[in-house]
Amino acid sequence: MKLAKLAAIAATALTIGAGPAFAELVFPSLSYRTGPYAPNGIPFADGYADYFTLINERDGGIEGQKIKLIECETGYNTEKGVECYESTKGEGALVYQPLSTGITYQLIPKATADHIPIHSMGYGRTSAANGKVFEYVFNYPGTYWDAASIIVKYISSEEGGDLKGKKIALVYHNSAYGKEPIRTLEELSKKHGYELLLLPVDHPGQEQKSTWLQIRKERPDYVMMWGWGVMNQVAIQEAANIRFPMDHFIGVWWSASENDTIPAGDGADGYKAITFHGVGDDFPIYADMRKYVLDAGKAAGAGDQLGTVLYNRGMVAAMWAVEAARKAMEIHGTKEITPEMMRDGMEALDVGEARLKELGLPGFTVPVKVSCESHGGPGLGMIQQWDAKAKKWSIITGLIEADREVVDPLIMEDSQAFASENNIEMRCGS
Amino acid sequence: MLYREAGDFKTTYRSDQQTFPIKSERFLFWAVIALVALAVPFFINDYLEKAVLIPFLVYAMAALGLNILIGYCGQVSLGTGGFMAVGAYATYKLMTGFEWMPMPVIIILAGFITASVGIVFGLPSLRIKGFYLAVATLASQFFLVWLFNKVPWFYNHSATGQITAPPREFLGFTLTGANAEPYATYLFCLGFVFVFAWVARNLTRGRIGRQWMAIRDMDIAAEIIGVNPLMSKLSAFAVSSFYIGIAGALYFSVWTGAAEVTEAFGIDKSFDVLFMIIIGGLGSILGSLIGAAFIVLLPVLMTNIFARWLGMSTEIAEHMQITIVGVLIIFFLIKEPHGIAALWRTIKEKLRLWPFPH
Repeated sequence: MKLAKLAAIAATALTIGAGPAFAELVFPSLSYRTGPYAPNGIPFADGYADYFTLINERDGGIEGQKIKLIECETGYNTEKGVECYESTKGEGALVYQPLSTGITYQLIPKATADHIPIHSMGYGRTSAANGKVFEYVFNYPGTYWDAASIIVKYISSEEGGDLKGKKIALVYHNSAYGKEPIRTLEELSKKHGYELLLLPVDHPGQEQKSTWLQIRKERPDYVMMWGWGVMNQVAIQEAANIRFPMDHFIGVWWSASENDTIPAGDGADGYKAITFHGVGDDFPIYADMRKYVLDAGKAAGAGDQLGTVLYNRGMVAAMWAVEAARKAMEIHGTKEITPEMMRDGMEALDVGEARLKELGLPGFTVPVKVSCESHGGPGLGMIQQWDAKAKKWSIITGLIEADREVVDPLIMEDSQAFASENNIEMRCGS
Repeated sequence: MLYREAGDFKTTYRSDQQTFPIKSERFLFWAVIALVALAVPFFINDYLEKAVLIPFLVYAMAALGLNILIGYCGQVSLGTGGFMAVGAYATYKLMTGFEWMPMPVIIILAGFITASVGIVFGLPSLRIKGFYLAVATLASQFFLVWLFNKVPWFYNHSATGQITAPPREFLGFTLTGANAEPYATYLFCLGFVFVFAWVARNLTRGRIGRQWMAIRDMDIAAEIIGVNPLMSKLSAFAVSSFYIGIAGALYFSVWTGAAEVTEAFGIDKSFDVLFMIIIGGLGSILGSLIGAAFIVLLPVLMTNIFARWLGMSTEIAEHMQITIVGVLIIFFLIKEPHGIAALWRTIKEKLRLWPFPH
């Protein structure tokens, strides 16, 4: 299948070569289809690649410019991530989606120096949301700190608006990724008066007996989870084992795919998580996806991931990349955009509900509007819940807004520290 | 033919005992050094630097260090990742705490800090041996990683526990950060590896090295002939940790620029470096370099061949690469249990006699 796709790319490259010389739009995909995190890496990489294939096959590329996707295997390993970055950046890569907090941290200074934008969609360095400091880094549609405050807000609404004396536990991957929300949750606990219980789980997270024993002992009212990979499955299974009420167990958007909930069987029923995009394959775009990509034998992977949470997430990442490229073409009046132009396009990105409908994705995701000051997007989220009988996620709330008065000062503080450490001047005329 | 030894006389003890006793080999050595130090910097690019040469040099440094401990002194250690972490975090604290300090001084100091930590964790080696010592050093691996993850002082209370190397210059060349020139970082790392490989070679054939080897071969006999096991074991731990600490320092500051202890310095690192010296050759300086090249460069080469050149899908290429490297490791261990360096020694002996082997 992959060979067929390559042959197709080669063929299109040849036909293009015959006509006027068009440069292709290069999008690297730093994926991980091997290693301990592969079950989560595969659907995302498939969704990301398939959306680009769809644009190529159906529309003949972005505004007629063909897309060239270069995949590179990172195995969620930072050393390989750097190798991937260095090997693909020379090909004219327009935007990097590192898909790992560790790789993102390494690439932030490198890509900034090379003038290539990074889109760490809902992960990576939270304070990169401050566009005044991080010119080339974007993390729309939301950050971990947004997510933490949205979850707290949701819990508060469940509890009738009062969290005083409640106990909330955070089960987190003991790494940069898992530690991200702690500051925010501590600030929020001062504001709302709940007690915060921190429970780290070491990589890869297969051993959580003691963690959940502690939860059984401490009896928190709610448990939040910042996990990834096998850690999610184990946590959900352990929670089911101690009969923790599943609807009081809420994960971040990376702890909520089918891979995480199905292994626990009926025990996972009612598990909740925050998300920023729709679930399932009940969207008009899927008809095209099946027609132009899957049935044509051009799917990136085995083609069995359509409609899963992480496939949809890969697709939404690709959709924003395509829209940003379109915007960049519009701003600069050329179809052969450079990474710098792509950055301008990302900064001017504005994908609202009307545009989503045109793309065949009505109600699929939150409206995103990026500006020079804010690279973090709207910071909106929804809560989804798992139905173990139907083996399906369903969205159970409307859009919830992040607690800006808590999150924004934290972003300011952290990004300013980075700016002074690295002698960066503030942009955006202030 | 390749070795023309006619007329290569040695008239002094000194010239007979030199590292490269054969004239043509000495010539080859200096030619290689000239090539890597004078020619490579002119065509090095970002990819060669960050994905090929610096990784090789960093791991070569770590392998040299571990080889001193295991290959020369016979003390099995699985704490390499932890000691690299000490080097990296020492560098981070020195870089952020003393901004005026020049980079080479920071790296050397990080080496000394790691050496002192190494001595502490080397103390059990006075009582326990072999596999049991391996388990004791394994404890140091887990303890050190836990420590750097647990105590916020080590990562300057950053929200995530990630450490990031700020940009630093030395003699007008930027060495760390995103704007560092590939040739500058390459020569910086090459300098360290060259100097310390030289030092290691001379340490191992001097008094200290002979004590280490005596301990390795039979510690009771060594003690009876007057070798102090305390001094020689602890000095092996100190020197080895010094090298590994420098490797960790270069890994963090020059190569990756950012690190997170659980991900970068986990147990896998310890095993990787151990495999390097076993495949390259225990008790051999050349073996450390060959082993590092084998483990670091072969996967990169294969990724380039399978995924980029032949256009295979990335996961098949990755799985092929893992399989082939594994098969090659087994092949080399069966064909030459003493490592590729020993293979090279055998070939050299044959070449010296060729074409008249009898």
